[in-house]
Amino acid sequence: MPIIKVENLTKVFGKKTKEAVELLDQGLSKEEILKQTGSTVGVNKASFEVEKGEVFVIMGLSGSGKSTLVRLLNRLIEPTAGNVYINDANLATMDKKELRKIRREKMSMVFQKFGLFPFRTVLSNTEYGLEVQGIDKQERKEKAEKALTLVGLGGYMDQYPSQLSGGMQQRVGLARALANDPEVLLMDEAFSALDPLIRKEMQDELLDLQESMKKTIIFITHDLDEALRIGDRIALMKDGSIVQIGSPEEILVNPANEYVEKFVEDVDRSKVFTAENIMKRPETINIEKHGPRVALERMREEGLSSIYVIDKQRNLKGYVTADDASNAIKNEVKDLNEILKTDVPTVELDTAMNEIFNIIHDSPVPVAVVHEQKLRGIIVRGAVIAALAGESEVN
Amino acid sequence: MNLVDKIPEIPFRDWIDTFIEWLKNVLAVPFEFFREDFKDFLSDVVTDNLLKVPAEIVMLLVVIAAFFISGKKIGLPIFSLIGLILVYNQGLWEQLMQTFVLVFVAGLISVIIGLPIGILMSKSNIVEKIATPILDLMQTMPSFVYLIPAVAFFSIGIVPGIFATLIFATPPTIRFTNLAIRQVSGELKEAADSFGSTPLQKLFKLELPMAKTTIMAGVNQTVMLSLSMVVIASMIGTPGLGKEVQAALSRSEAGDGFVAGFCIVILAIIFDRFTQGVTKKGK
Repeated sequence: MPIIKVENLTKVFGKKTKEAVELLDQGLSKEEILKQTGSTVGVNKASFEVEKGEVFVIMGLSGSGKSTLVRLLNRLIEPTAGNVYINDANLATMDKKELRKIRREKMSMVFQKFGLFPFRTVLSNTEYGLEVQGIDKQERKEKAEKALTLVGLGGYMDQYPSQLSGGMQQRVGLARALANDPEVLLMDEAFSALDPLIRKEMQDELLDLQESMKKTIIFITHDLDEALRIGDRIALMKDGSIVQIGSPEEILVNPANEYVEKFVEDVDRSKVFTAENIMKRPETINIEKHGPRVALERMREEGLSSIYVIDKQRNLKGYVTADDASNAIKNEVKDLNEILKTDVPTVELDTAMNEIFNIIHDSPVPVAVVHEQKLRGIIVRGAVIAALAGESEVN
Repeated sequence: MNLVDKIPEIPFRDWIDTFIEWLKNVLAVPFEFFREDFKDFLSDVVTDNLLKVPAEIVMLLVVIAAFFISGKKIGLPIFSLIGLILVYNQGLWEQLMQTFVLVFVAGLISVIIGLPIGILMSKSNIVEKIATPILDLMQTMPSFVYLIPAVAFFSIGIVPGIFATLIFATPPTIRFTNLAIRQVSGELKEAADSFGSTPLQKLFKLELPMAKTTIMAGVNQTVMLSLSMVVIASMIGTPGLGKEVQAALSRSEAGDGFVAGFCIVILAIIFDRFTQGVTKKGK
């Protein structure tokens, strides 16, 4: 069951909002509505569901409505129409008291420019969410310290935000959000203000934290690389509408329309594609059944210079080359084990393509893709080049 | 006959007189309290007790306070000491205390009234739209005019002086409070909201601490404007240094006038540095 369900969520900025919503229902575009009513459509009937424990990325360029959308989720901006359900409670219609309860206990937010109170220490900032709930001093101090330790700032509790670097400030922002132990984390361009190296470090750390916390994270970004890196699923926004929702691969491989296609055109594919995406079915021989003769025959049929050797359980044993096989036949060697080469270059299913480059460059044979010791596929050089060139079907 | 002449004279004067008379009757009870009890309190209790304290002790306390407020520097303490000795030496100690009470009480009431109004203004665009022209009017109207209803309501003495001073001097505190709270960054306000703060929690835990420095600048302005009302208020019998200036004017005695004037300047500088010092400490 999804933890968050968004139905036709709409925000119109301006005066004639009712009229604008009606025109939206009639299918008029953002520009036409602006001309007719003078109102700006911020978010246009967004609908999506987020599963518990998922990292859901909302991405789009500036002005696409992504920051508005995330603020509709905790009603920092009042929706004009539509519903937001969190665990079946409709946030869009609840009264202020209920809304505060949700904000205090279920949803926390991390801000682009950190949103830290400059006159409070790191610890006191982290305690803020607990403080407004009226939790007693001792308990909130313990919880805040735990959250700060989690983000690696255990030693900075008495510093003021201005004494910390940007990356560290955002860790405080994250700790403050985690201190109330919310179910949902809303992260609005949380890493966009950081420089690229720190940003990558924070992304990695967020993913590490997520491994153990299993929070539901809704992450807003304008950076496609970031979206692809951390998102389980990505929603792409344009002009206030969601254009496509899908896994990173789906979005790259099957862009829903020209806009998405344009967007993903410049992506560094080598970071997105994994071994699994570019491997092909391997030709193999079975060490328990076959000898050098079968191996050579199979290679000749397929036009290969080497072949992978497995056992009955498809466990990878090694490979033999055509030269070794024909020498073995001349010398009447029957056992494949004698000519088996075991210095196999292997990668895992989820190894990113940019890590495969070096391995494949130094390897005389195709790279073996293994999972739990079983051979799942092989990668030849041609496949890597094809994937880089952006062919959607690499197999 | 001009066209404009055909418009009969609009009886603004009568309206205002009627309004003042009406106010006087409606608020007769509180006005009487201020006119009698509050006046007795200020002149008999506060000022008299202040005058009973030996001048040396007052000077010592001011010097100590100046030392700490100026961040443990010696400039302000030395200036305060010399200034106060000078005032005492010129035989204007009593008048100084009377003026101090006027400015201090007016400043205090200004903050008590101005802060909540400023907060309201910052929270509501409607209140801001209504209040802004009224504040403009309060500050641009020649301050002498306030003396008339002040006398009608509170007779003569220190209380009408405080009343007239309040009208003239409160606007900066209101304006700066409004401005300061509106200037708190949107992201910080969102952060406070997103963690489920009530409006009051947001005000006390975020907005007022953030606005403190700017609000204190407004309070400083208010105190300075109060001082500028000292001479004007003396026209309706408010005692103090202002009265000395006025008396010197009526007798054409430049020496008396300048000496009393300098004493006001000394008091002004001490007040200014003290309120600014508190502001800087807030940072």
